[in-house]
Amino acid sequence: MVSMAIPFSMDDLNEMLRAMGLESWEELFKDIPKEARKEGINLKGMDEYELFRYSKKLADKNLDFFKMPNFLGAGVYFHFIPPVVMSLASRAEFYTSYTPYQAEMSQGMLQVLFEYQSLIAELTGMDVANSSMYDASTSLGEAVRMAHRINRKKEVLVPENIHWEKESVLKNYIIGLDMKIKKYPLDNKGMVDLDALSSLITSDTSAVYLENPNFFGIIDENAPLVRDVIGDSILIVGVNPISLGILKPPGDYGADIVIGEGQILGNPISFGGPLLGIFATRMKYVRKMPGRLIGMTKDADGRRAFVMTLQTREQHIRRGRATSNICSNEALCALMSTLYLAYLGSNGLRKLAKKNMENTNKLITMLKEHGFQAPHFNAPHFNEFLLDLPKNPHIVNKELIKRGVQGGYPINEGCFKGIGHAMLLCVTEMHTDEDMKKLIEALEEVI
Amino acid sequence: MYRQARYDEPLLCERHSSTQEDIKVDVPEKLRRENLNIPNLPEYEVVRHYTRLSQMNYGVDINIYPLGSCTMKYNPKLNEEIAKMFLYIHPYQDESTVQGALQIMYELQEMLKEITDMDDFTLQPAAGAHGEFTGMLIVRAYHQLHGELDKRRNVLVPDSAHGTNPASAAMAGFNVIEIPSNKEGMVDIEALEAATDETTAAFMITNPNTLGIFEEDIIEIAKIMHKNGALLYYDGANLNAIMGITSPGLMGFDIVHLNLHKTFSTPHGGGGPGSGPVGVRGELVDFLPVPIVRYNGEKYYLDYNIKHTIGKVRSFYGNFGVLVKAWAYIKRLGGEGLKNIAIRSVVNSNYLKERIKGYYDMPYKDLRKHEFVVKPKNARAMDVAKRLLDFGVHAPTVYFPLIVDEALMIEPTETETKENLDKFAEIMIRIAKEADENPEVLKNAPQNTSVKRVDDILANRKPILTWKMYKEMKEQWNIDY
Repeated sequence: MVSMAIPFSMDDLNEMLRAMGLESWEELFKDIPKEARKEGINLKGMDEYELFRYSKKLADKNLDFFKMPNFLGAGVYFHFIPPVVMSLASRAEFYTSYTPYQAEMSQGMLQVLFEYQSLIAELTGMDVANSSMYDASTSLGEAVRMAHRINRKKEVLVPENIHWEKESVLKNYIIGLDMKIKKYPLDNKGMVDLDALSSLITSDTSAVYLENPNFFGIIDENAPLVRDVIGDSILIVGVNPISLGILKPPGDYGADIVIGEGQILGNPISFGGPLLGIFATRMKYVRKMPGRLIGMTKDADGRRAFVMTLQTREQHIRRGRATSNICSNEALCALMSTLYLAYLGSNGLRKLAKKNMENTNKLITMLKEHGFQAPHFNAPHFNEFLLDLPKNPHIVNKELIKRGVQGGYPINEGCFKGIGHAMLLCVTEMHTDEDMKKLIEALEEVI
Repeated sequence: MYRQARYDEPLLCERHSSTQEDIKVDVPEKLRRENLNIPNLPEYEVVRHYTRLSQMNYGVDINIYPLGSCTMKYNPKLNEEIAKMFLYIHPYQDESTVQGALQIMYELQEMLKEITDMDDFTLQPAAGAHGEFTGMLIVRAYHQLHGELDKRRNVLVPDSAHGTNPASAAMAGFNVIEIPSNKEGMVDIEALEAATDETTAAFMITNPNTLGIFEEDIIEIAKIMHKNGALLYYDGANLNAIMGITSPGLMGFDIVHLNLHKTFSTPHGGGGPGSGPVGVRGELVDFLPVPIVRYNGEKYYLDYNIKHTIGKVRSFYGNFGVLVKAWAYIKRLGGEGLKNIAIRSVVNSNYLKERIKGYYDMPYKDLRKHEFVVKPKNARAMDVAKRLLDFGVHAPTVYFPLIVDEALMIEPTETETKENLDKFAEIMIRIAKEADENPEVLKNAPQNTSVKRVDDILANRKPILTWKMYKEMKEQWNIDY
């Protein structure tokens, strides 16, 4: 090998063995039973330059966002990441640190995470946010578990258009609690059907999950009215944090827990991970909350300091009775989101949200002009909307790929009530007029 | 002498901000946001703020980070460069447009199988604890399929287990029963046998365990579980010590999770992202989450057709960015390199142990693997930890495992030279002497870090968790910091 990042000077090693009075390293493994001995690992190593070239070759096989217009969203989104974000997040002091167990030596990361909690609380209109979950889906799972800790009830109501992946994750998160998932319908504008929802509320209802914007990209005008029809059930609201630059925060319309996907705040899409689960709640529930929390305090000289706090909720102390098993979280992604929000400021975020909504409307208008059925629902949309198709969306997408465009997320006929063949198209500030034109031209050829 | 930067850096919101612009948006009135309180700063002020904060932090790129069970090894920079090649691809893209990414996942699955001797892997879990939870969901589904879930309600864990083990088992709906350790620091086989019966769903164990001791009776333990129809679960937090020398498969484990962010050198970034792939064998391959990446000789594809799949444990396919780094690490080192890691990490750990054991108590047997646990003869573990910071080294894990009071759990990893280990040993020895001769130095430590000893009791008593809360509570609680 040309170079090794790990120091394997055998002199060094032998010197240590001699100091310990050992003939060979084998003596340190003499307690491993013979029947469990492994004949080594059958994998070849590569030189650094060789591996770099091989990786580049594989990377070049992928058609990324900059090589091909791409209209996929459905949970993760292409947004511009200002260079400030990567540049600062990759500083080794942040990047190569562990969980800030030794607060005195980790004030930088602790203050960043305190700022992250503050920013998320501000965006969502809640009292307190934790310092991250794995992604939006696991945030939802944890939120429903938390609702159960609060009221011990057995049912959670979710919208009928919930993404199947999110539903599957939720099902796994609550399987140990014997909780049931029930779905409530949407009205003809794709918004919460308040009457139907109200009639589904029973003494067993633990929580109601509401998305705004929802899976179809619809800004739900009924959202502010949901609190009044669900009694004392826990209201969990799923958000797109960029949309909160211009949309009313769920804290203003009675949410008990707010979750969302934080990837869009300065984290690359990276084939779907790592992501960032946003999780915020009211102060009265803080002790029922999962995940790490950073608090402000002082040091021995009375100066301001930060430290991990309210840890008796967590697995390393409460073990089997912890609020969650989470240990490693997504702190680096939270750092990147903090940098992103600090860089944009309220003005930048509001302008960005506005631009995203305008671009969404632009594609809708262009599609309409070309005679397409878009959007399926007559409602305001953010980033995403449903385009009705005359044929199977998977076949359409294959044809689009041949024409150099990645279409939207396919919605199979019959998957959602009243919706036939369709695709969920996503537009952000990154999509140019040319991208949109290319999509429409390709669609016209395909359909 | 070590001196960490100290800036008295205000919070972002305490800095001068330009005014909020009036931005008109076409949003339904009842959902329109009126106010958003995020400061507006010029780019250079943002950069300075966070650069200063970074200087008040400590990473393994600065010096030794010997947190036990955390495997804080150096992360080669090549991994980062490679991961940057894959940032802008969407998980739902047509498979023909992401063949490179799928190939990396496939190769990683195959390599992890070879390292662990398991039959199949999912890369979906986002962290070690998430892998444990996935494993427990598989245990559930397996017993359910066999009609035994109603009676198999108990998951056994050693009393030396990581806290995540009982927490993960409980989250999946199991009762947790702790098995005591024997005088040698290993699982008490008689107690285990007595606790195992037709109510046992699984036994979760780390090997080497959290004391750094290899569970010599592991083959016997596997037999006890399998005889009783229970599954054996491997917590891979400590895999670093045994790669290429033994494997979970050869020891008789049924389900394994690995911590790519520990063993396979992906940076922790202040607490995550991690990645916790789960490997299984035999019949259990039919229960893995969907999708798994397969190769049909021509192309790589996502297989959603898993017979008894538990479904999904998170969105998409896992922490792909972390997977790429672990893939690069394994590719580069190969089998021989990985085995050398195990050897070097165990030699380093035992060498450091020998250097300091005359000055600290070391309960349980002598031979350790990649980590070991000591306790101060004449001081609190916390005070020793805080004093270590004054010398510009990170402290070990403290007060864990729970079966050693005043525990200092030390894992130097393979990426320390003898010179570094000698320096660290000298500091540990000096602190042991200070504990006898001048204990005040320990109690007043640290002095050289950004802040002095942090009052965590106050943080609990008067929780201030956001800047808004700070402003609101400042007067009420008479806060002067």
